[in-house]
Amino acid sequence: MDAMVRELSYAQAIQEAMAIAMDMDERVFLMGEDIGVYGGAFQVTGDLVDRYGADRVLDTPISELGGAGVAVGAAVTGMRPIFEFQFSDFATLAMEQIVNQAAKMRFMLGGEVSVPVVMRFPAGSGTGAAAQHSQSLEAWLGHVPGLKVIQPATPYDAKGMLLAAVADPDPVMIFEHKLLYKAKGPVPEGYYTVPIGKADIRREGRDLTIVATSIMVQKALDAAAALEAEGIDVEVVDLRTIRPMDKQTVIDSVKKTSRLMCVYEAVKTLGIGAEVSAMIAESEAFDYLDAPIVRLGGAETPIPYNPELEKATVPQVPGIIVAARDLVKGVR
Amino acid sequence: MATASKAVADSRANLPFVYRQYSAEQLKQVLYKMYLIRRFEEGAEESYMRGLIHGTMHLSIGQEASAMGICMPLAEDDQITSTHRGHGHCIAKGAEVKRMFAEFFGKTTGYCKGRGGSMHIADVAKGNLGANGIVGGGIPIAVGAALSSKMMKTGKVVVSFFGDGANNEGAFHEALNMAAVWKLPVIFVCENNGYGMSTSTARSTAVKNIADRAAAYSMPGVIVNGNIFSEVAEASHKAVERARAGEGPTLIESKTYRHRGHSKSDRNRYRTKEEIEDWMSNRDPITLFESELREFGFIDDKGIEAIREAVAKEIADGIEFAKASPSPDVSETGNYVYTEQA
Ligand SMILES: Cc1ncc(C[n+]2csc(CCOP(=O)(O)OP(=O)(O)O)c2C)c(N)n1
Ligand SMILES: [Mg+2]
Repeated sequence: MDAMVRELSYAQAIQEAMAIAMDMDERVFLMGEDIGVYGGAFQVTGDLVDRYGADRVLDTPISELGGAGVAVGAAVTGMRPIFEFQFSDFATLAMEQIVNQAAKMRFMLGGEVSVPVVMRFPAGSGTGAAAQHSQSLEAWLGHVPGLKVIQPATPYDAKGMLLAAVADPDPVMIFEHKLLYKAKGPVPEGYYTVPIGKADIRREGRDLTIVATSIMVQKALDAAAALEAEGIDVEVVDLRTIRPMDKQTVIDSVKKTSRLMCVYEAVKTLGIGAEVSAMIAESEAFDYLDAPIVRLGGAETPIPYNPELEKATVPQVPGIIVAARDLVKGVR
Repeated sequence: MATASKAVADSRANLPFVYRQYSAEQLKQVLYKMYLIRRFEEGAEESYMRGLIHGTMHLSIGQEASAMGICMPLAEDDQITSTHRGHGHCIAKGAEVKRMFAEFFGKTTGYCKGRGGSMHIADVAKGNLGANGIVGGGIPIAVGAALSSKMMKTGKVVVSFFGDGANNEGAFHEALNMAAVWKLPVIFVCENNGYGMSTSTARSTAVKNIADRAAAYSMPGVIVNGNIFSEVAEASHKAVERARAGEGPTLIESKTYRHRGHSKSDRNRYRTKEEIEDWMSNRDPITLFESELREFGFIDDKGIEAIREAVAKEIADGIEFAKASPSPDVSETGNYVYTEQA
C-alpha cells in the first residue's frame, strides 16, 4: 500500500480513526461527555459532530456508570460504541459496568454474546490537574480477564490500534496519555490496523532492554539516545498492549541484552513492571540475566498539584539515564 | 449571627427577609465578601495568564450571591462540601484569600500545602471539607458528615454544594435517598448555572427543574433566584432551621449563571454571546445586591468605594503573601499519603 503519509498529532490520528470507523460501519458511534459541540475535553472528537451529527456523536449527561453500561448494552445488541471517558480517573465511577459486566458477559453467558465496545481513557499526569485527574489506572483494568487493554505511544499506533479495537469483537480499553495528544508523527491516510497484543521494538540495542509503556516510550528513547554517546546500547520495547501481553518479544529481547528495566508512569508497586519482571523471571530468559531487574515507576503517592512535586512523582529522562547506566555498569 | 434590634427591625418590616434579619454591618460584610470572591477569582485568572498558576481552574464569577446566601445562616462549625467551582464557597465559609492564593501558587502556606490546588481547595478548620475534582463526589460525603452530626449529637448542619451536571450522577440519587430515610441535617444545594460544561440541563436532565428531584426523595425542593442574595439566604435559613430541628434534608436549587467559560480551555461554542452579555449586564449578583443595599439605605457610594478599596488591598496582599511563601521540597513528595503516627 502506498497511502499518503502525513504528520498528524496523536489526537488528530485518533479522530481520523473514529471518522474512518464511522464511514466504514454504520453501527459505529461515539458516546461521551462534551464530545459534541465542545469537541471533547482534549479536542479529540473535535468537529466530528458537525460531520456525523449529534446522534452518532452522542453527548451523555455526566453519568459514567450509566453511560458505560449503555455502551455495553448497545454493543451486546448490535451496535459498535466508542465511549470516551473525559478523564481516565472517572473509570472508577464506571468500574461496575466495565469489570462486572463488559468483561464477563460473554463468559457468564457461555459464549452466547460478544461485547464489542471500545472505551477511551485520557490518562496520566503532567497537566497540573492534581490527584483526581492525573492517574494511570491501566493496570487496574489489565488485571481483568475479558478485557483487552492497550496503550498506544505514537500517532501511528493510536490510529491503527483504535481501528483494530473497533474491529475486535471483545471490549478494548484504550489508555491515551494526555501529554501525547499534541505529539506529532507520521500517519498514513486511509484504513490500516496495528494488531492488539503485539509489542514493538522501537530501538534495537545490545546492552539493556527497556520495556516502556505510553509516554515513557519516548522518554526511554530520549534516554537511549543520550546513553549512546556513552557507548551504552539500549533496546527499547514499546509494550503497546498490556493485556494480552506480548511475552515473546520481551523474552527474546532480554535473551539478547541480558538486562531488563521497566519504565511506566503508574504507581510502581503491583503494576505493569511487576508483571513484566515476574514474567521474565518465570521464563527461559531468566538464565540470561546478568543483573537484577530494575523497575522505574510512579512514586507511592497520589499525584500532587505543585508542578515540581508532580514531576518528581513520575519517571523522567534524567532518572532513566542514571538507572540505565547503573544497571549496565553493575552499580547497585 | 446577631440579628438586628427590634426598633430597626420594625422600620424594615416591608423589606425582604435578609434586610430584616441582619444588621447594616453584617450586610456590608456580605457585600465585602461578594467582592472578595469576585476579585479573588479575577486575581487568580490574571496570575494564571502570567504563568504564576498552572493547571486549570473553574471560576464562579457570576455565582457569588449563591455561595454567600447559602453560607449566611451557617455557624462557624457547620460544614460544607464543595465542588470544582468552589472558590466562592471557600471564601463564603470563612477562608482567607492569602492562603487560597498560596495554594494556587503551590506553596506550603496554602490550605492544602500545595498538594491540592484550585480543584481541591479546602479549609477544614472553617468547616469546608473540600472542593472536589469528581462531579458529585462531595454529595455522599456531606451526608456522611450529617450522619456524624446526628450520631455524635453535635448539632452541626452540613451543606453540600454541587452543580446541575452532578444531578445525573448515581451518587446524587443514592445520597439524597439516605439523607431522607435517616432524616439527616444536610442541605443539598444545586447551583444550576444552566450547563454542565457544554451540556445544557435541557439536553442532560429529564426534569425541568432540579428541585423536582426532591419529590422522589420526599424532601422539600425549593427554587431560588441564585443571583439575588436575599432570596438565597432566606431559603437557606429555612433549610437550616429544618435541619437543626431534626426534620431532615432540603434540596435547594439556586438558579444562576457562570460568566466565564467552564475552565481555562472553553471556546464557549454551546452558548451565545448575547446570553452571556444579558446575564453579565442585567443580572449580575453583585450589582443587584449593591443596588438593593443602596435603595434600602444601608450603604452609599462612599461606603461602596471603601469596600472596593479594602478588597483590592486584601487581594494584593494575598498575592504578595503567596509569592513570598516557600514551595514544598521534592523530598516531601511522600508526605500526607498516610497519617503520621508517633
Ligand atoms: C465524575 C466526573 N465526571 C466528569 C468530570 C468532568 N467535569 C468536571 S466539571 C464538569 C461539569 C460539571 O457541571 P456542573 O455539575 O453543572 O457544575 P458547573 O461546572 O456548571 O459548576 C465535568 C463534566 C468530573 N470532574 N467528574
Ligand atoms: Mg452547571
